[in-house]
Amino acid sequence: MADRLPPGTRVRTRRSDPPHHTRLPRYARGAVGTVLEPEGSSPLADDRARGLPAQTETVYTVRFEARELFGQGDHSVMLALFESYLQEER
Amino acid sequence: MSGDHAGASSALAAKVRHVEALLEQRGLVDPVELDRALTAFLAKGSPASGARVVARAWVDDGFRHRLLDKANAALPEIGLSMGGGLQEQRLKVVANTASAHNVLVCTLCSCYPIALLGPSPSWYKSEGYRSRVVRDPRGVLHEFGYDVPPDVEITVWDASADSRHMVLPRRPEGTDALSEQELANLVTRNGLIGVAAL
Repeated sequence: MADRLPPGTRVRTRRSDPPHHTRLPRYARGAVGTVLEPEGSSPLADDRARGLPAQTETVYTVRFEARELFGQGDHSVMLALFESYLQEER
Repeated sequence: MSGDHAGASSALAAKVRHVEALLEQRGLVDPVELDRALTAFLAKGSPASGARVVARAWVDDGFRHRLLDKANAALPEIGLSMGGGLQEQRLKVVANTASAHNVLVCTLCSCYPIALLGPSPSWYKSEGYRSRVVRDPRGVLHEFGYDVPPDVEITVWDASADSRHMVLPRRPEGTDALSEQELANLVTRNGLIGVAAL
């Protein structure tokens, strides 16, 4: 399976607030980051937590600047995010 | 964010014991097999294992390179793994340098490389640490007694999926004469999480 988002791709995370378990932390919703690398694939946690048949998706390491997430700070935050949480930012 | 793990632990432990008893009563789980799996899992995980990994990386550049590239493939070289008898998890080792510092957290729950390092410290599971270190790592590290120099960039690794992380701390100065075992003795659990320098 080819990875849709190669390293260096700018991505925006999903903004929506689902009524179920998700592995996209609230503080990182609707935020722009940069793909560092694909780190493997896994059944989508949101579906697994609800006992639904889960599609296997690529999980990416994505780098965010603190300023983008919190409006301040000079550090960065790395998150491991399922592909369906991410949209390419053009 | 989910609740404070430290405060909820006794109620949660009671619930787990109850479920375990029911599974055993109905013959769904063999208690001997369960004990064996748990013992095997916990026996291998210890901060001492992390210290061995770090010391080897300090004395062997080839190992260091392989460790940072694919940690799971490098660990068996010194008799370790991320399996611990259960399904193996991906480990990513991140190296501190003169200009970059790494610190670990799991903001959503309490993910930690248990198979390698053993159970996490209780503060790691506290709501205070989990919510604050992503926002203000310099402030939180200051409270741990470590003031990160202003020109050092901090990266916070939030374990939000299946990968686990470990920090490769910088080798302290003036340790050229030490043996690999003596070097391993310098490595602390807080250093492997990135809330302390060595």
